[in-house]
Amino acid sequence: MSVVDRQEWDVVVVGAGGAGLRAAIAARERGARTAVICKSLFGKAHTVMAEGGIAAAMGNVNSGDNWQVHFRDTLRGGKFLNQWRMAELHAQEAPDRVWELETWGALFDRTGDGRISQRNFGGHEYPRLAHVGDRTGLELIRTLQQKIVSLQQEDFKETGDYESRLKVYQECTVTRILKEGDRVSGAFCYARESGRFFVLDAPSVVVATGGIGKSFKVTSNSWEYTGDGHALALLAGAPLLNMEFVQFHPTGMVWPPSVKGILVTESVRGDGGVLRNSEGKRFMFEYIPDVFKEKYAQSEEEGDRWYEDPDHNRRPPELLPRDEVARAINSEVKAGRGSPHGGVFLDVSTRMPAEVIRRRLPSMYHQFKELADVDITAEAMEVGPTCHYVMGGIAVDSDTAAARGVPGLYAAGEVAGGMHGSNRLGGNSLSDLLVFGRRAGLHAAEYATGLTGGRPLVDDVQVDEAAAEALRPFSAEGPAPGEEDGRPPENPYTLHQELQQAMNDLVGIIRREAEMEAALDKLADLRVRARRAGVEGHRQFNPGWHLALDLRNMLLVSECVARAALERTESRGGHTREDHPAMDRQWRRVNLLCQLTDPTGGLTATDPLHGQIDLVRETTEPIRPDLLALFEKEELVKYLAEEELYE
Amino acid sequence: MSSYEARFKVWRGDVGGGGLEDFGVEVNDGEVVLDIIHRLQATQAPDLAVRWNCKAGKCGSCSAEINGRPRLLCMTRMSVFTREETITVTPLRAFPVVRDLVTDVGFNYTKAREVPAFVPPDGLGAGEYRMMQEDVDRSQEFRKCIECFLCQDTCHVVRDHEENKTAFAGPRFLMRVAELDMHPLDAADQSGLDRKRTAQDEHGLGYCNITKCCTEVCPEGIKITDNALIPLKERAVDRKYDPLVWLGSKIGRRSPGK
Repeated sequence: MSVVDRQEWDVVVVGAGGAGLRAAIAARERGARTAVICKSLFGKAHTVMAEGGIAAAMGNVNSGDNWQVHFRDTLRGGKFLNQWRMAELHAQEAPDRVWELETWGALFDRTGDGRISQRNFGGHEYPRLAHVGDRTGLELIRTLQQKIVSLQQEDFKETGDYESRLKVYQECTVTRILKEGDRVSGAFCYARESGRFFVLDAPSVVVATGGIGKSFKVTSNSWEYTGDGHALALLAGAPLLNMEFVQFHPTGMVWPPSVKGILVTESVRGDGGVLRNSEGKRFMFEYIPDVFKEKYAQSEEEGDRWYEDPDHNRRPPELLPRDEVARAINSEVKAGRGSPHGGVFLDVSTRMPAEVIRRRLPSMYHQFKELADVDITAEAMEVGPTCHYVMGGIAVDSDTAAARGVPGLYAAGEVAGGMHGSNRLGGNSLSDLLVFGRRAGLHAAEYATGLTGGRPLVDDVQVDEAAAEALRPFSAEGPAPGEEDGRPPENPYTLHQELQQAMNDLVGIIRREAEMEAALDKLADLRVRARRAGVEGHRQFNPGWHLALDLRNMLLVSECVARAALERTESRGGHTREDHPAMDRQWRRVNLLCQLTDPTGGLTATDPLHGQIDLVRETTEPIRPDLLALFEKEELVKYLAEEELYE
Repeated sequence: MSSYEARFKVWRGDVGGGGLEDFGVEVNDGEVVLDIIHRLQATQAPDLAVRWNCKAGKCGSCSAEINGRPRLLCMTRMSVFTREETITVTPLRAFPVVRDLVTDVGFNYTKAREVPAFVPPDGLGAGEYRMMQEDVDRSQEFRKCIECFLCQDTCHVVRDHEENKTAFAGPRFLMRVAELDMHPLDAADQSGLDRKRTAQDEHGLGYCNITKCCTEVCPEGIKITDNALIPLKERAVDRKYDPLVWLGSKIGRRSPGK
């Protein structure tokens, strides 16, 4: 019999970034008693790091914009692998989600006539990103945080308790989703501060935990991005979709080493910044792929004119989708035309007056000044690709955000798959959080409050197993049965560093078959060693222990990425195979699903030869004809297989 | 690239007490204090507790005191110290210690709940808001706040005066009141809420005697005192007598009210 503390809620939201907070607001407004649980302090989630803006076809700056144009851009950016219904809902609902933020107190930058200003970004045909300088994510998270507080203030007036209907459990981690039969029954959690375990009983769980970047060495992601939600869903029996697609943002800082990977916003290019190699050449003109030839400027002069006269000129190729720019930078560096610290030059200093740079890109100015001693108003930045975002994620129903196969489980934001296809456009992430966060919260609340015939019950055996799993790092000193004596426990920090190095080197921006096979071997080795990851000290705020637990998730998710990447023998979006460099129209119809090999949910697969993940191929649903009709036939033939075109 | 070994003193302990622990640790070019704390975790003290997230000065998690000064660990470069200097890292002094460099910052979340939220204007639907850039500039400056709580930590009203915490919201949340008060479309007035008055009566604005310590430690460079607190005091003055504003107007440094 377990003795952990238990609390009952209708909806539990795991993660307090944009998607999680928006889901919680929706669930609470729908009448569900809602708990949010997050690893960091309330208001610190990774969403704060989003810089450029929220993509929404409001048409405030160019009235030619509408949801159909946004939908087209999103599919082009994702190389048509997107779950098209998600892309449709996203494009249609994003403006309402942005305007709603204003009614909650958000203050976006304004146009001359007092509406929300919108800026250019890679892959977006019109200026589309609502923004606040280059700190849009902070505005988003603060607005949602303050909306949550305002709902709590309402509840306080009515019930005398701020947390009667909506509570944030901050600095707590979920290690297992609990189930009765197929259905979700709750979540097993620990408080980071005290190390105490507790269980939240709830029929609905919304997973909104973000991404996986901390499995890679060079990344723009924070420590929280350990693939927790991906792993929780897998362990609960839900499949992950298209995990091979990982976005390497083209512009991360490359020097000094301690800040390598920190993001340099795409707004730098959106506002006029250009990329040059060591010979001073704007090399992006050499890298415009065939599918985009008609849409981008062929000369520097035309590209420069576009900023002032976008109706009669084409955009500069620095604003190609991120996957294209990242590969181009990688090629230039490889060809020996890189900058001194292994990147290329990103220059705004010769393109805009100093005071304009400081006004439009204040945090970039600050970041380079403080961390690299570089004054971006006077000299070029050095930048290179950095692991930024995972397009793959939990396979969900487009309309309800329900995870496949596990009633009561929902997913929204980066942790959900499908929306962005093989590559995400800048600015589409913040809008994704709001659109699908809201949908997930609504449907999770409807499911929880509409249950007939009693709620799923939490099983004490599962609770005890989860507790034992979480405590294992404290007793890792002894040798495993049958193993030789005297082997010291593994250091979780060392294991983590080895994992990051392996994923970076072997399953990074350019992939080769033999390297990915080597990665899978390395992952198997790490998985066995991770069983022996030991920690010192006690349970109170112990970062070594927390990391040892997060390793399980990173190893699971890394295996998904490596296996799916090995399987997909083509190059598309955030998946580039040196041995299969072309995009293959036949692969467009293929989704790769990752499932747990051991469906009992245990992690018994410690045999080094046998991995934890099985891959399943599935054919995607045909794109609805009225959505296909938004494209010219000449464009569709580049993406779709013959039989799809004539169906 | 040049490396050297730096000497560190890091406070370790918990609510029951603790003390400074000595470390010698490698430092490389371009590193910040948080890098060094991470190296200590990875090589010498795996259970050393520290809060951090973005490591890019955007989330405000890694607040601590370095050589007694409230700072973000991720934005303090090692190059600002000499190689001979011993660097002392301690937890935020104004808040109760949880463990090592981690403190209980719950005070701030309590205060955040006591500031009434933005009140949307009647008769304006979503999408109908019109505001000029110059009218939102000031509130936008305050919304740059990353809630690192360094201002709350350094403010002498509460730094060594636990007894003032009940009545005083601190610079961050007085600035929040100012932000909403200056929001061009906030309709608090129409709903019977006088933000200026609550700043005085409920959030302890009168305790602030504009020593500008908060502004000095703000990593975002927000002029908390000059742009938020003093104007708020001036706007509140016709509601309540405040000796500082009165004095300011007497010696000709500020005009009273607007």
